Amino acid sequence: MTDAVVVQGPSEGNEAIAVRDLSKRFEDVQAVDGVSFTVERGELFGFLGPNGAGKTTTINLLTGLARPDAGSVRVGGIDCTGRPRAAQHLVGVVPDESNLYPELTGYENLCFCAALYGMPRDERRERARELLKTFALAGASDRKFAGYSKGMKRKLTIAAGIIHRPEILFLDEPTTGIDVASARQLRQLVADLHDGGTTIFLTTHYIEEAERLCDRIAFIVSGRIVRIDSVGRLLEPVKKKHVVRVSFSSAPGDLTGGLRESFPELHAQLAGDEVIRVESDGPVRVGPLIRFLEDRGAEVTEARRVRPSLEDVFVEITGLEADAMRREKEKKGGGQ
Amino acid sequence: MKLWTAFLNILAKDMRTYYLKPPNVSWGLIFPLAWTGMFFVRSGSGLESIPTLLPGVVAVSVLFGTTSMLAVTVTFEKKNRSFERLLLAPIPLELLMLAKTSGAILFGVANAFVPVLLAAFLADLSGLAWGTFVPAVALIAVASTFLGLFIAVAVSEVFEAQTFSNFLRFPMIFLCGLFFPIAKLPVFLRPLSYALPLTYGADLLHGSVHGAHSMPFALDFAILGAFCVALFAASLVNIRRKWIA
Repeated sequence: MTDAVVVQGPSEGNEAIAVRDLSKRFEDVQAVDGVSFTVERGELFGFLGPNGAGKTTTINLLTGLARPDAGSVRVGGIDCTGRPRAAQHLVGVVPDESNLYPELTGYENLCFCAALYGMPRDERRERARELLKTFALAGASDRKFAGYSKGMKRKLTIAAGIIHRPEILFLDEPTTGIDVASARQLRQLVADLHDGGTTIFLTTHYIEEAERLCDRIAFIVSGRIVRIDSVGRLLEPVKKKHVVRVSFSSAPGDLTGGLRESFPELHAQLAGDEVIRVESDGPVRVGPLIRFLEDRGAEVTEARRVRPSLEDVFVEITGLEADAMRREKEKKGGGQ
Repeated sequence: MKLWTAFLNILAKDMRTYYLKPPNVSWGLIFPLAWTGMFFVRSGSGLESIPTLLPGVVAVSVLFGTTSMLAVTVTFEKKNRSFERLLLAPIPLELLMLAKTSGAILFGVANAFVPVLLAAFLADLSGLAWGTFVPAVALIAVASTFLGLFIAVAVSEVFEAQTFSNFLRFPMIFLCGLFFPIAKLPVFLRPLSYALPLTYGADLLHGSVHGAHSMPFALDFAILGAFCVALFAASLVNIRRKWIA
């Protein structure tokens, strides 16, 4: 599979993307507010944040679909400040919505996208067939894009984004709204592209997806980057923590307050309507916890120890509940 | 070469997906035929009136054929975000928009020749100055297309583009001298006539078909060309301001 997604040789320097003090305002909303970061060549860089945090606006600013109010942008070593479309031959973009041409077939869409990058006819036909095979769409190559399922549309949109073998690929929410099997397949394709040397800038609201795929992650909230680090370093503070999630079907009043009083060594908080998340620096004894909750009238349905993850880091940094963010996004784009 | 590959493929894609579709082909044939029939019946005279009616029918066919299509090929694609594909491609914006509009220009020219073909069977067109007529039709098609482009990028919905187009098209038909001489218009409307690109196209068509024109052909061509440049430039400014904002 990897041979299908081999990239062109990198241009000079080691920074694929360099952004300094980037800002963008839409009327009364400061969409991006003084953002700075760099992405190394060959890196898979995650850009995480809640809805409306400025992820897509940042991608638009980096790919020439928007013009920054302030700050500088270098993409593939090319200064795009004031010339937002200067590096478009180096980048591939997979937008958050599958936006290929509904009246063209899968094969025609890929050939057309290849032609936009000036690929000769024989080469674009060969490349289109190769990608249709890679993305397991060869059987649907003669079907119109309008008749594709969501997962197929997503896969073809990604194929269109890499048809010209870009050095840098921008993936905006690639797995939103598609079924589990397609999402898994897409993640594997992204990993293969990364292994092939493509620099990938990935936005996603699936935190576990970012944790699994990315080398480094930036968290963006309200247009500002609140933290950038490698996945390993981000996980460092939560690695030693012990977390238990207790689910219950009914509960009389506030349980977390009582838990804090009776178990001062534990940090308890609601993680949903009927879930309490308990965190501690030492091992958590589940038995006394359940007894405490049941004594207060809660019907405990499940208690399980969970491995601290990037989601915990996200919650800590952003103050937002990851589940709520995911639910909100899925409401808009369909469930995964 | 790479840019030409992109240009030709954008044009070919638009021709296949929009202009050569049966509804548009039938529209391109029926509409000019309907106009021809309508004005022929309305004139109440015999076949000798065809040369005087022909410029108007040709111009109206071009105007409607071109401006209607831009609302689909540009506004609709912008609305469903497939236009982003083109904006993300490494093609200069000028060339990209020329590629997006050249289909409409060809469609407009093809529309123009439907009434001409019909007229050729019914009347003697031997006196037609083809050397002026053909470039005039082409330039009217370019100006109308760029007017359609200007409207298409100024709005965000297809229905807005159609409404705005009609708001300009219908007054233009009656003010540009195609069916009613500008000299007979009320004095206060005449400056408005000279502010319309079709006025100069109509003068060229009248001159080339039956010899009656009020301005030198060179001036008509120059002003019509200037309208083309100005409308295209204004459209590009709007695209940069609104779509790459």
